[in-house]
Amino acid sequence: MSDEVILLAHGEGGKRSRELVEKTIAARFANPLLAPLFDSALLGEQAGEIAFTTDGYVVTPHFFPGGDIGRLAVCGTVNDLAVCGARPVGLSCAFILEEGLPLVSLERVLDSMQAAAREAGVAIVTGDTKVVERGKGDGIFVTTSGVGVIRNGWRPRPETVRPGDRVVLTGTMGDHHLAVLIARNNLAIAADIRSDAAPLNGLLLPAVDRFGGAIRVMRDATRGGVGVTINELAHAGGVRIVLEESRLPVSQTVSAVCEILGFDPLFLANEGKALLIVDGSAANDLVSLLAGHEFGRDAAIVGEVADGPAGVLLRTRVGGLRAIDYPAGDALPRIC
Amino acid sequence: MSLYAMCLAIPARIIELSDQSAVVEIGGVTREASVMLLEDAAVGDWVLLHAGFAIERLDPEEAEKTLALFREMAAAGPDADPDPDADAAEPQ
Amino acid sequence: MPIPIPMPMPQNRSNPFEPFRDPAAAAALIAKIRGSWDGPPVRIMEVCGTHTMAIARHGLREPLQGVAKLISGPGCPVCVTPDGYIDAAIALAEAPGVTIATFGDMVRVPGTRASLERARAGGADVRIVYSPLDAVTLASADPAREVVFLGVGFETTAPTVAGSIITAQARGIANYSVLPSLRTIPGAMALLAADPDVKIDAFLCPANVSAIIGTDAYRPLVEVCGLPCVVAGFEPLDILSSVLMILRQISARTARVENEYSRVATPAGNRKAQALMADVFEPCDADWRGLGVLPGSGLGIASKYASFDAGRKFGVAVLSTPERPGCRCGEVLKGMIDPPECPLFGNACTPESPVGACMVSTEGACAAARRFGIGA
Repeated sequence: MSDEVILLAHGEGGKRSRELVEKTIAARFANPLLAPLFDSALLGEQAGEIAFTTDGYVVTPHFFPGGDIGRLAVCGTVNDLAVCGARPVGLSCAFILEEGLPLVSLERVLDSMQAAAREAGVAIVTGDTKVVERGKGDGIFVTTSGVGVIRNGWRPRPETVRPGDRVVLTGTMGDHHLAVLIARNNLAIAADIRSDAAPLNGLLLPAVDRFGGAIRVMRDATRGGVGVTINELAHAGGVRIVLEESRLPVSQTVSAVCEILGFDPLFLANEGKALLIVDGSAANDLVSLLAGHEFGRDAAIVGEVADGPAGVLLRTRVGGLRAIDYPAGDALPRIC
Repeated sequence: MSLYAMCLAIPARIIELSDQSAVVEIGGVTREASVMLLEDAAVGDWVLLHAGFAIERLDPEEAEKTLALFREMAAAGPDADPDPDADAAEPQ
Repeated sequence: MPIPIPMPMPQNRSNPFEPFRDPAAAAALIAKIRGSWDGPPVRIMEVCGTHTMAIARHGLREPLQGVAKLISGPGCPVCVTPDGYIDAAIALAEAPGVTIATFGDMVRVPGTRASLERARAGGADVRIVYSPLDAVTLASADPAREVVFLGVGFETTAPTVAGSIITAQARGIANYSVLPSLRTIPGAMALLAADPDVKIDAFLCPANVSAIIGTDAYRPLVEVCGLPCVVAGFEPLDILSSVLMILRQISARTARVENEYSRVATPAGNRKAQALMADVFEPCDADWRGLGVLPGSGLGIASKYASFDAGRKFGVAVLSTPERPGCRCGEVLKGMIDPPECPLFGNACTPESPVGACMVSTEGACAAARRFGIGA
């Protein structure tokens, strides 16, 4: 059966569709909320504010060191909930499959999604599958949505960010972006770099529980990287943020690839890193807490909120100073 | 996010060589490069890599001299300027 | 010369440029520079995109403020490439069966009517490559298509373009050609030095270009213009120590060629690369965006390699086009004004939607000023 492929019939609502949904997909995600295969998943009553998010995934190649499109689709949505302080309650996933996709590829993606969901402690509770003609898709597109519940009344409050607050980054920059670029195999580069795709709820929610409102705001530094995310935070809070280049965690390998290709790690995408702005007095304790978690080992204070007009500056390692602005769009294809 | 692709040149070390094609290494990362612009490239050579070519050799002894010069410049008192002609200027 | 040589640079897989970015040495050099000069700020022009980017990326203007003013000259090859070249590239891109291969910097550059990015969205086959050899590989993989490489650059890139032509010829790849827009730097520097509008005190000579052409190439320039010329590497300590060398020359009232980048650049340069360039190219007049036509400052493809010249092969001509109204790129490239002094800067002209040359490439003076902000 290893040469089975997705056919248009898999999306036409007949027997093949049902088989695909029940035997291939639902069987893997098996959980009580999904089991009835109702048109909606019924999530039960929830105590606390509801958070709701969605994201589409089109990454090429589908599989790369450290992850795949499935792991990305689960982690991305879990992380969008987590940075809003929300515990994930249920995820949906909608697939757009291209005629001719090897079934084993789909199965591999599904297994990876289920593994990531289990890691995050959340179930995939509803979904949809469509098949498009060959040439009209890139093998597989996934859209996931997630519902979560916010704990203890915390919510992102960028307006409370003030001078003296610290900026904390949960780990190294650029691993995901470069892992995907190198996996495309057209850079003539070999480097041992793995995507950091990871669910961050286990890292961030305990921090929210412990530090509450001392954590002003959290964001996952995905597309556009730390550089774009920190700008969005600075402008949302109307504050000046000064980052210290020497404190920004970057692996030696990522840094070497950046030198070779002329990339700035600040603008490379991550799929398992968050930026937090926290009251200065809680910053060290927060970093200690984060560093005790496997996804926060390299957490560090990377900058602070200063007086001055809204924007982001970088104090460079050699003692210079420059502005970090939004990039102008780049020549690179999508990586998330 | 491309910073400066076109003028970018970086130091790397040749770790494999066959005919005009080399594998160069920098910080644990390897990349293919052509050595057709160099005379007698050898494994172990440091080269300057640009647009897929090793465009010139990098002389580690001169690099060390330059680093020593930095140290000297940085260490000396308020601009002593030891002897401008004795530094790395205009090697013969 | 394959004698085992001592390896002073770290061998433990760390990056060989780390020693050239040492924070303590940088701080000491900055202090030294600031302590060694009390005159008006010295105006130093760099003519190398890598210097522009390194200065911006490492934020070197701010610590030198009041002592040295670093001015970005016409050192970015994309910036000085005129509209007419982009128009020609787009015309080729839209021709059936043609694939354009280019460095990523070129795709967003606006011509008179569109950019390659737009052409690609309209169905043209535009591929980003990191090396001209990648373009040769594309051609060899798909003999049914014509692959045209956009050969834009200075003496650093020119030998790699020549190398790709020689490689294609040796491998019998007839569907590869180059649309050249190659320029040589020393002539442009001489013109700038002779221009009474241009007020500079010294040149920071390019690192990579000098590796190819050799540091002796600047001797005639020094003799004519009497300005200190320091060939500088592109790491922060290279640039800082070169600034110090320039200040020392000015203090001593001398003007000569000094070579801070002796680890790569030699007096004679890379002779093999020079020979390859001399074989494949011949000098031609070149139109520099913002500066106009400089006689003999370009490299065209020599007639014996005419079949690799996309211009001849497809009958495409690069036409002269007028500068855009309001654009003051010429003055920026000559160091007469700072990027923010141009009325279009940040308003009509942004990195997202560039009007002028200097905003177009990430290496351009205006793009760097916009992107890195402070003290630019």
